[in-house]
Amino acid sequence: MSEYKTPQTEEEFEKNFSQIKPLMSQTEAYYESSRCLFCYDAPCVNACPTGIDIPLFIRQINAKNEMGAAKTIYDSNYFGYACGKVCPTEVLCEGACVYNHSDVMPIAIGRLQSFATGKAISNDKKFYTLANSNGKKVAIIGAGPAGISCACELRLHGFEVDVFEAKEKPSGLTVHGVAPYKITNDEALNEMEYLQKQFGYKVHYNKTITTKEDIALLEKNYDTIFIAIGLGKTSDLKIKGEELENVFGAVEFVEQLRMNHHKITVPKKVVVLGGGNTAMDAASECARMGAEVILAYRRSKEEMPAYNFEYELAKTVGVAGMFNFTPVEILGNGKVSGIKLKSADGTEHTLNCDWVVKGTGQTKQLDLLNLIGELKTDEKGKIIVNEIFQTTNKKYFAAGDAVSGGQEVVNAVANGKKAAIAIVDLLK
Amino acid sequence: MANLQTNFAGIKSPNPFWLASAPPTNSGYQIMKAFDAGWGGAVWKTLGVPVVNVSSRYGSLNYRDTRMMGFNNIELITDRPLKDNLREIEEVKKRFPNHAVIASLMVETKEEWHAIMRDVTNAGADGVELNFGCPHGMCERGMGSAVGQEPKILKMIVEWVKEVATIPVIVKLTPNISDITRLAVAAVEGGGDAISLINTIQSIIGVDIDNFVPYPIVDGKSTNGGYCGPAVKPIAMNMLKNCAQHPQVKIPISGIGGVENWRDAVEFILLGASSVQVCTAVMHYGFGIIREMILGLEQYMDEKGFKTLDDFRGKALPNIVHWEDLNMKYKVVADINEDKCIGCQLCYTACEDGAHQAIGLSDDLLNRKPHIIEENCVGCNLCSVVCPVEDCITMQRKDDGKENITWKERTLAGDIPETFNDELAGGLHHWVPEPVDALSKKIPLHYKVK
Ligand SMILES: Cc1cc2nc3c(=O)[nH]c(=O)nc-3n(C[C@H](O)[C@H](O)[C@H](O)COP(=O)(O)OP(=O)(O)OC[C@H]3O[C@@H](n4cnc5c(N)ncnc54)[C@H](O)[C@@H]3O)c2cc1C
Ligand SMILES: Cc1cc2nc3c(=O)[nH]c(=O)nc-3n(C[C@H](O)[C@H](O)[C@H](O)COP(=O)(O)O)c2cc1C
Ligand code: SF4
Ligand code: SF4
Ligand code: SF4
Repeated sequence: MSEYKTPQTEEEFEKNFSQIKPLMSQTEAYYESSRCLFCYDAPCVNACPTGIDIPLFIRQINAKNEMGAAKTIYDSNYFGYACGKVCPTEVLCEGACVYNHSDVMPIAIGRLQSFATGKAISNDKKFYTLANSNGKKVAIIGAGPAGISCACELRLHGFEVDVFEAKEKPSGLTVHGVAPYKITNDEALNEMEYLQKQFGYKVHYNKTITTKEDIALLEKNYDTIFIAIGLGKTSDLKIKGEELENVFGAVEFVEQLRMNHHKITVPKKVVVLGGGNTAMDAASECARMGAEVILAYRRSKEEMPAYNFEYELAKTVGVAGMFNFTPVEILGNGKVSGIKLKSADGTEHTLNCDWVVKGTGQTKQLDLLNLIGELKTDEKGKIIVNEIFQTTNKKYFAAGDAVSGGQEVVNAVANGKKAAIAIVDLLK
Repeated sequence: MANLQTNFAGIKSPNPFWLASAPPTNSGYQIMKAFDAGWGGAVWKTLGVPVVNVSSRYGSLNYRDTRMMGFNNIELITDRPLKDNLREIEEVKKRFPNHAVIASLMVETKEEWHAIMRDVTNAGADGVELNFGCPHGMCERGMGSAVGQEPKILKMIVEWVKEVATIPVIVKLTPNISDITRLAVAAVEGGGDAISLINTIQSIIGVDIDNFVPYPIVDGKSTNGGYCGPAVKPIAMNMLKNCAQHPQVKIPISGIGGVENWRDAVEFILLGASSVQVCTAVMHYGFGIIREMILGLEQYMDEKGFKTLDDFRGKALPNIVHWEDLNMKYKVVADINEDKCIGCQLCYTACEDGAHQAIGLSDDLLNRKPHIIEENCVGCNLCSVVCPVEDCITMQRKDDGKENITWKERTLAGDIPETFNDELAGGLHHWVPEPVDALSKKIPLHYKVK
């Protein structure tokens, strides 16, 4: 039996998807910041891909300089608020906190980070003065973490920046992909609005770059082009029945859920395929929508690429795991009615279900990338870049999931900024 | 943009944050590292006659989970050879010409004072600080606070030093005296260019209750030490204010004692300090804390529109008056924000047992939120300081702000109370429960063991 009642209203949805890292009150932030030891060569900083000076900003919170704390964070990471909420802190900063070695809860760095930056956002606090225009223009494809981070840094140095975004909202997977119990749509978009106001880059929404003509126009009008398009659709499994109604890709499902909340209906029984973080998210989310969820993975539990805490989180909302089961066929007549799985010893099992959600990885956007002359990708379709994030076509830089093949928001933010710094160096 | 540039009695530094004369300024290595990290100046660990130190030197006052809220030491002045220190002073000054390097000194005879003044001046020190403060060890040898407690001797030594001084002379005062301004005035009279305070306070930091000996323990025995750290800040600030307000003390003051973050520094500056010195916080967290201090100070100045430190130095001093000059008509009353209250009832028990019985509990035991009994509230603040929730209990002004009568005005006008008729207590509005009421109190339920 499912542990969650299917949400019928926005309120019920918010309850089922209540924030796992809720915002701290002033008092909680004060107490928590008091605990930080201000370690020397702090391991938490070294574990943060954007290298935020964590002991410094925590000390600033403790000395009641929240705006100063927010600035310390934004100096290193333009998605300071979002990262505080969505980063897998358990394996990054908080995982490195020295308190882990004394059986004491590590400092809640992520929540402190969102606390301070949240204050700056709600006060619309402007920290940066942009350099005078240097006459150089950069086009950015994709308004996700990599694209926006790059845009902010370039604007800081006086570049003119146009961002082209396929969707109607910014922040990429932060609003379209990350689980709703990590960050709400409003939270993600408020930070984007805050950044946009402060840095003044232009975003052209509903503008997908798809054709050779689009590319030619960008090359003509801009000094440099930064590719931050992330990944593509969910990959095909290439098994029978995949075309049936009610077979979904995990990222496509999550996007629907994030955009429409309680208005989408998740049926009683769902089978989620895969062992990565996206599969864990999709499984958790279906369970919170009131479904009974089975997570089937073709290898063992230990071999799952997902973080352990993500699987634990899925279990706490009632997701049941089946390991060493490979999908062989999706059953149904027009619509899904079940799935056939093969266990390690070769025996076949059939599960009845109403939906099959494939959390089995995402494609690369090769259709677009192949239109760009001299731009090379590796055998997995990831864009090849050098140490300054420049592609094999010197006019293009790239970072984020399109280069890494899929990491975290924080990595895209870090590398988007590094690419911007390289562009500044090159064009100045 | 805020300008932190500091000119202290002619000693210039990029910011007002100096390391106090203590272990963090033991060597050129440490001081260069500190300057590199952002510190504006350093008072070298006190130079003087050769000494030997004991082993086990420090003790800490921990409060709950907070370590070193107070810190105590039984160390003496530098134990490194003078010539090494002089060479390193020269080296540091060469590398950091715009930072303040101040030599702290403590010797005995006039000849020694003259000789060491020449030495450190030749080495390139920007100023000297006369250490009359060390409350242990050196006194027994006729130096440190033993001379520092005697205004006459202090003045005489300052005069000796000034006879030969070509660089600014700061006199560091000991707090181990009932009126520190006597020392400050003596320093002025002796010709001192500036004063700094406070040095450490005589203390026993704690006692090992199993072995019956105070800390720090040196082979089963201990001795009184010098106390410093965050816990001494209120004492230091009061002494600072006393000196800053004294009509005869017009020379710059360097504030020391418990400074750990930018707010502490702002408070010291508002009370008249021209630079601040830090020891314990650096011994606890290292030189890196300077980042928070500088950024916080800049942010504060930018927000307030202060361009330089002069714009707010001493700004709190006019607002510190004698008790008799306070407005007796000003009245505040506590107010509990029910939405924030978490029902710990600390305010209740604090006011009930420790103050004025001005907080009541609901008859409904399930409602744990206390309420203020306004007619009994004297506006003492106790509840608001014990409440663990930020901004939950606030003090609301109740008078209309139109009347202003001070005790001085009142007594000058002949209105000296002959009966206990204070509006805030005892009589008019305020009631005190009968003693026996105490025995019939029903809560807390677990209070009386059956
Ligand atoms: C389901 C799921 C859950 C996740 N959960 C987390 C999490 O909890 N924490 C975490 O840190 N990370 C999480 N991630 C990973 C994280 O979201 C990504 O690593 C990160 O968003 C990558 O940033 P990016 O800028 O490279 O790409 P994206 O965020 O994918 O942004 C790319 C943007 O480019 C746009 N675009 C693409 N093609 C074009 C085009 N041709 N023309 C114009 N615009 C285009 C897209 O619409 C999109 O807005 C999750 C990912 C998924 C799929
Ligand atoms: C271990 C130790 C050694 C000290 N040695 C000296 C010294 O040699 N000369 C001196 O003038 N003050 C000395 N002090 C006092 C400090 O300079 C400073 O006045 C005092 O510690 C208060 O500042 P704080 O609260 O920031 O520590 C010493 C303090 C400590 C803790
Ligand atoms: S490791 Fe933990 S305790 Fe140390 S500085 Fe980082 S957050 Fe603070
Ligand atoms: S702090 Fe350093 S010198 Fe002092 S006792 Fe510990 S190890 Fe020894
Ligand atoms: S101390 Fe504060 S939180 Fe506790 S009961 Fe009183 S008002 Fe409420």
